[in-house]
Amino acid sequence: MTAQGVNGSSVSILIGGEAGQGLSRSGSLLGKALMRGGLHVFGSIDYPSVIRGSHNFYTLTVSDEEVHSNGDSVDLILALNKETVLLHVDELSPGGVIVYDEGVKISSEELGRDDVRLLPFPLTGIIKEIGGPEVIRNTVALGAGLGLVGYDVELMKSVISDAFAGRDTIIEMNHTAIEKGYGYAREHYADAVPIELRPSGEDPDRIIVTGNEAVALGAIAAGCRFYAAYPMTPASAVLHYLISTEEETGMTVVQTESEISALNMVVGASYAGVRAMTATSGGGFCLMTEALSLAAMTESPLVLMLGQRPGPSTGLATYTSQGDLLFAVHAAHGEFPRVVVAPGDVEECFHLTVEAFNLAERYQIQSIIVTDKQVIESHKSTPAFETEVGIDRGELEIVDEWGGEEGYKRYSITESGVSPRILPGTVGATVFANSNEHTEYGYTTSDALETRVMVDKRMRKGSSLRAEIAGLSPVKVYGTEDADVTLVGWGSTKGAALEAIKALERDGMKARFVQVVYIEPFPTEAFKAALGSGGRRLLIEGNRTAQLGQIIKLHTGISFEDTLLKYDGRPFTPGEIAARAMEVL
Amino acid sequence: MVELSELGTPVENTWCPGCGNFGLLMTFKNALVELGLEREEVAIVAGIGCHGKITDYVNVNALHTIHGRVLPTATGVKLANHGLTVIGFAGDGDAYNIGIGHLPHAARRNVDITYVVHDNLVYGLTTGQTSPTSKRGYVSKTTPRGSFEPGINPLVQALASDASFVARGFAGEPHHLRELFKQAISHEGFALVDVLQPCVTWNRVNTYQFYRERVYKLEEEGHDPGSFDEAYMRAREWGDRIPIGVLYREERPAYRKNFPALEKGPLARQSPEKVDVKRLLKEFK
Ligand SMILES: Cc1ncc(C[n+]2csc(CCOP(=O)(O)OP(=O)(O)O)c2C)c(N)n1
Ligand code: SF4
Ligand SMILES: [Mg+2]
Repeated sequence: MTAQGVNGSSVSILIGGEAGQGLSRSGSLLGKALMRGGLHVFGSIDYPSVIRGSHNFYTLTVSDEEVHSNGDSVDLILALNKETVLLHVDELSPGGVIVYDEGVKISSEELGRDDVRLLPFPLTGIIKEIGGPEVIRNTVALGAGLGLVGYDVELMKSVISDAFAGRDTIIEMNHTAIEKGYGYAREHYADAVPIELRPSGEDPDRIIVTGNEAVALGAIAAGCRFYAAYPMTPASAVLHYLISTEEETGMTVVQTESEISALNMVVGASYAGVRAMTATSGGGFCLMTEALSLAAMTESPLVLMLGQRPGPSTGLATYTSQGDLLFAVHAAHGEFPRVVVAPGDVEECFHLTVEAFNLAERYQIQSIIVTDKQVIESHKSTPAFETEVGIDRGELEIVDEWGGEEGYKRYSITESGVSPRILPGTVGATVFANSNEHTEYGYTTSDALETRVMVDKRMRKGSSLRAEIAGLSPVKVYGTEDADVTLVGWGSTKGAALEAIKALERDGMKARFVQVVYIEPFPTEAFKAALGSGGRRLLIEGNRTAQLGQIIKLHTGISFEDTLLKYDGRPFTPGEIAARAMEVL
Repeated sequence: MVELSELGTPVENTWCPGCGNFGLLMTFKNALVELGLEREEVAIVAGIGCHGKITDYVNVNALHTIHGRVLPTATGVKLANHGLTVIGFAGDGDAYNIGIGHLPHAARRNVDITYVVHDNLVYGLTTGQTSPTSKRGYVSKTTPRGSFEPGINPLVQALASDASFVARGFAGEPHHLRELFKQAISHEGFALVDVLQPCVTWNRVNTYQFYRERVYKLEEEGHDPGSFDEAYMRAREWGDRIPIGVLYREERPAYRKNFPALEKGPLARQSPEKVDVKRLLKEFK
């Protein structure tokens, strides 16, 4: 055992302070240092929508086994200010410890507990001593934390060297800060803390990424070469990452004037024959709906990531939600087939993005990847992605000259409903895409028969799409067949649900989790098969109206008596799922 | 090089007889012929309105988009395949009401497209409502007491947005308009051609007669399109005299030149050489 917490084999570390203290960055660097030692990590940031001054905290959970979400309690708090101590002391497990600055006075009444330990550190003193800026406080605290748990400090230093490569003074300053914090902990509190983290000695090929990064990497791997977006939390990091890698990937990335512009640009690029994508959150998706319908009518393949946050309207801009599922399934006017797919972790973010591109192009439709803040802004260690992915551009034929007997028909009627596509610019042909109902050539029509034929053609694509999705693991099942309770959910709920299964197991209960991955077209048969017939069922969703439940009912007639719905912007924790599961049993 | 006869389509034209769009359409086709372009290298993007029907009437690559979104869509087409000559067609409602949010951005970016606005100072297709370019006092079913909003001045808007080519034409002056189209299409960067296009069905004020009595050609009056100040003055002129011609022109690199990937040729034509995603993963290890 290389990870030993105060009450189990996982360790949770909370770093808290003010916005602007670089907590997410520090937390993820710590996560990387632990990952490099062969441990598994999951880290998430909680921050209000302000840049400076209010309370932020990052929680990192570390274990010998894969970690799918944070737990319900923490072992170690690295408090960069007093507020952090007071706000989070109740989350500490008995025996847990708090690292804080010795200059901060905390009375025992304020603390309100006598089963945890306060460990004062000269954080401010060390900053002064090394002449560092205030932001170095979190690095000193990281060093202190590492010293307390006895981890290999060199791994942390190597992560810092890589993160700030080329900026030697910054590296040196951070190394010193780490060492000072570490040294102080070893000298004053060695073995004072019942928490241990040691490198496992293994060197598996792992990465630590956010869902946003995984989606962006998936897009790159899938051959996406055009990305247009307008910044909106929590999806902005896709734009940031794709711009930062533009020279290496050859992608053309545009920060547009609005989401309206973004999706229309993507439609234009798609028409011209380039794999194209955008990402946004609910408000931006609202603005995109008209262009989504345009894409459907013109049969322009594209991928759109919807990173949910709580609404209506601006809602809680920096928190998580699963409130836009029905919106994604039904968004935009008119009837047309689409893909709605919901990755539950970073690995799925990568692979389902690739799949979303292939499906979009094979059926010349629009794929919507529904994610949420919890999955796209949290870090998770995971085996390095399998980057050799298949790119299937379907009926797109990139030729210099059109060889057809007659003129090119962009919307030729075919059995599958998919029409062969060529690039505008192909000699001997002109390509006409039309938002009006159209003939096979693309010319505008209002003829009743031609309309019916064209509507049927587009909708036929939906039938073959449904059949193909049935073969793509659209529903995943985790846990044992003979479970006492079946948990059902989608998206980021997966993480907490998988951890809840482990927790229930420790209490002698058997649970399983059914994850609906493809929401549209709904995989009716696969879902029924996965759900099985026996045992209690509990539907878990991050919304107020059980939206997946409504979809399941519509397609299968099955309804859920027991639900666990959360709509306060916070992610599910394993403990609350396990507790609700015990209730329904 | 395309022949005029190859540019037609079998679609029956449904514009009202006498509509200014006919002159604009014919002039555009002639400009393509005179520029010596191939049919296949031209892509047009049109908005929604009477003007938008143009995609049905010219046999080139075409994308008939939605109301007000010609500019972002055309930008996407151009960035994805800059080998194409991209020309957008919009209405005054399309371009200057619902879609005006895109104008300053396409202009300042200097996206290499031509933007032709069929400016009939009215909503044609939706049966004659007041448009953003309708003048104060204009009477229509949405402004029965006469419009109390001053009309927008598209040329001033374009100049204020750093457009690198700003021109106005008149559908009743086809030869002059053809030269404007040719210059605009040849211009590197964003080119606006606002075309005074009489709507014979709904706009009884801004008729052919109205314009014939008022338009004058800038080039005949020694206008210097290199002078922003002069362009601005001319742009504000609307009364007994209405200027047509190139108001402003400036050489500035086109938007696409900022994208490293596009140096290797049009994106759509780049062989999909695999990006080394494994290398990108190193950052996360
Ligand atoms: C989002 C949206 N709103 C409204 C309409 C209805 N509509 C179609 S054309 C048009 C205005 C047309 O005026 P203009 O752009 O000047 O084109 P014209 O018909 O004069 O050429 C409107 C309001 C629409 N198609 N889409
Ligand atoms: S309504 Fe006006 S703009 Fe439309 S076709 Fe008729 S004359 Fe032309
Ligand atoms: Mg009009």
